[in-house]
Amino acid sequence: MTMAAACPGCAAAPLAIEHAKIHAAPALVLSLPGIHCAACIGKVERKLNALPEVNDARVNLSLKQVSVQGNDIDADSIVAELKSVGYDAYPLDLAYLETRQDSVGRNLLIRLAVAGFAMMNVMLFSVAIWSGASDTTRDLFHLISATISLPAVLYCGQPFFSSAWTALRVRGLNMDVPISLAILLATAMSLYEVMNGGKHAYFDAALSLTFFLLIGRYLDHHTRSSVRSAAKELAALEVHTAQRLEDGKAVKTAVSSLAVGDRVLIPSGVRVPVDGTLDSLNALSDRSFLTGESAAISLTMGEIVQAGEINLGAPFEMTATAVGNDTTLRRVATLVEMAENSRNSYTNLADRAARIYAPAVHLLAFVAFVMWVWIDGDIRHALNVAVAVLIITCPCALGLAVPAVATAAIGRLYSMGFLVKSGTALERLAEVDIAIFDKTGTLTLTGRAANLDHLSATHTSIARALTQASDHPVSRGLLAALPSGPIADLTDISESPGNGMQGIFQRQAVRLGRGPWLGANFSSVGLRVGLEDAIALPLHEVPRKGVKTALDGLRALGIPTRMLSGDTQDAVNALARRLGVDDVQAQISATGKHDYLMELQQQGSHVLMVGDGLNDTASLAAAHASVAPSTALDASRNAADVVLLRENLDDFPTLIRIARATSRLSKQNFAIAAGYNAIAIPIALLGYATPLLAAIAMSASSITVIANAMRVRFVK
Amino acid sequence: MNILLILIPVSVILGALGLCGFLWTLRSGQYDDAEGSAARLLLDDEELDGKSSQDL
Repeated sequence: MTMAAACPGCAAAPLAIEHAKIHAAPALVLSLPGIHCAACIGKVERKLNALPEVNDARVNLSLKQVSVQGNDIDADSIVAELKSVGYDAYPLDLAYLETRQDSVGRNLLIRLAVAGFAMMNVMLFSVAIWSGASDTTRDLFHLISATISLPAVLYCGQPFFSSAWTALRVRGLNMDVPISLAILLATAMSLYEVMNGGKHAYFDAALSLTFFLLIGRYLDHHTRSSVRSAAKELAALEVHTAQRLEDGKAVKTAVSSLAVGDRVLIPSGVRVPVDGTLDSLNALSDRSFLTGESAAISLTMGEIVQAGEINLGAPFEMTATAVGNDTTLRRVATLVEMAENSRNSYTNLADRAARIYAPAVHLLAFVAFVMWVWIDGDIRHALNVAVAVLIITCPCALGLAVPAVATAAIGRLYSMGFLVKSGTALERLAEVDIAIFDKTGTLTLTGRAANLDHLSATHTSIARALTQASDHPVSRGLLAALPSGPIADLTDISESPGNGMQGIFQRQAVRLGRGPWLGANFSSVGLRVGLEDAIALPLHEVPRKGVKTALDGLRALGIPTRMLSGDTQDAVNALARRLGVDDVQAQISATGKHDYLMELQQQGSHVLMVGDGLNDTASLAAAHASVAPSTALDASRNAADVVLLRENLDDFPTLIRIARATSRLSKQNFAIAAGYNAIAIPIALLGYATPLLAAIAMSASSITVIANAMRVRFVK
Repeated sequence: MNILLILIPVSVILGALGLCGFLWTLRSGQYDDAEGSAARLLLDDEELDGKSSQDL
């Protein structure tokens, strides 16, 4: 550690490698959403460490993950072990996870620590000078301050210098230009003063400026990286394996290794990984991601199956015709990603402030310099005043104004189940004045329920017995919709793949399944007992929990709601009536949605788009702000600003309220910073600014701004 | 004023020690799981007696 004091940067590299060696890459990382306390850590680690194949298992409570090291680790058996102690675990695809070392964040933190150390030491000498040290003592203190400050400023200020240089090279101005100028000029001028035995040195100001600004920079980075890793985890959660048929046997392989011509087995309830043709006799598929249509589509042998569809029926086999980036799904997604993003042209609040602030400050400092040269002809004094103006205009409050509020708001929203992906998303959400919702998968869940009021008690108990015996998604949906009660005593229960369930009840054959299989004239699922007529159990969608609260809440905030769906007019109207949506459009295609939205935006509305399917992706990207549920396709989640981690929509209006509060508090912070400047600038211009005054103004405004930002936690 | 010749180096060295301490905690990954570290305090020693105790 002796070398660390000399140069923390150089010491960091070898130590980082050493650190990586100790914590070798884990064989398996699982997401454990259910862990929350010390007892959970103990239970999970004890269970896993007791397994012979596990070398080490370590829980990370902040990330809610456990990483397991060892040889021949089987993900499924680990999941089963964790299930036995009561935790649901989901294996994460390591290729999609961020490398665990956050080198940029660590780098900023090291600079922050060095700046803090240097600032405090220099401040000790400064206090002595302010309280009256003079002559040789003052010169000695100045000299020591210079020795500490010079390397510290050059090392810690690098993030600002490089950013300012990037902006200047393209002849632009950003916030970092006045910051760098203030830091460098203050240091250079103080050095000159020290050499000539001058009275005022601004070393402490240069260092505290660097320190406070690094706090803002670190907060900003920390928020963004934690959100990014949460988004990465969502992608890593998805199943990236498929079952390839090799000599009639299903072998688990990575989706990326599938090739055209491979035969793939698609189990019930699983998303199809590739485009292809159906090899099984028939299949039932959910294509709502593409069309928005809620009804299942039945396919027969030889028909085309597209990547992204969900198998709602019995397991089926297919032959791949397009894989990876050639699938329709990927091609459309890529098109959307490439399409012009309206938000690229959005200028965030901080940049807008910097555009006014940066030229104004430079001009002011220059005017001060010229004015004082003209008044007393003393260039050294004039330069002193100019630097004092640069320091005292206090870019640190401005640098902290937005990141401090955004960090507090994004942290609070994350704990409420909103993953805010983009930094400017909150500012844009605050401006939203109309909300457009997709129906299937957004307002409703992909699961299905039936209207079961017309079933007798006996029929209900039979249906319960039949559905309980099957893992089929339709059965599970039905079972969830059935009221709890007695279960009929059935014998010889068996599943007829692709058709339904059958059994014997009191010497009568009972069947639950597709209409034609029951010999009925309806196409939906039904139940037939013995020789009675079959009873239809039409399936409909279940609205998400809290949808009504969410829509009412939005209206109370002055945001009208509309629903655009690719589904049939009847299905859309039925749901709209139940939920009280203000306006609906049915049977609208993906381009139709996009055009509708663009038209609204051209009329000057700021549209909030909420959707999950591929048919919503273009709209999500084009909208002023967008939200996607976590069950959405990868492409939709990437296009959206905010990802909803919870099923419940109750808190949706709070998202808007917090966004509005964030915007309001950021503006207040700018006003506070401007207020300090209004007092300090005249003093500096008149030449009365001392290093003590600069230090007080800087600290006071930074602390006020941070304290004000914390108020976002109390927004109801 | 000769006392300054001792006190100044002492104050600078103390500060540098604090800095080194912080950098050490940072590099040994003590900020990687802040919530977990807080919770682990409540665990009994034998609960952590798994294989992980080797590298603690």
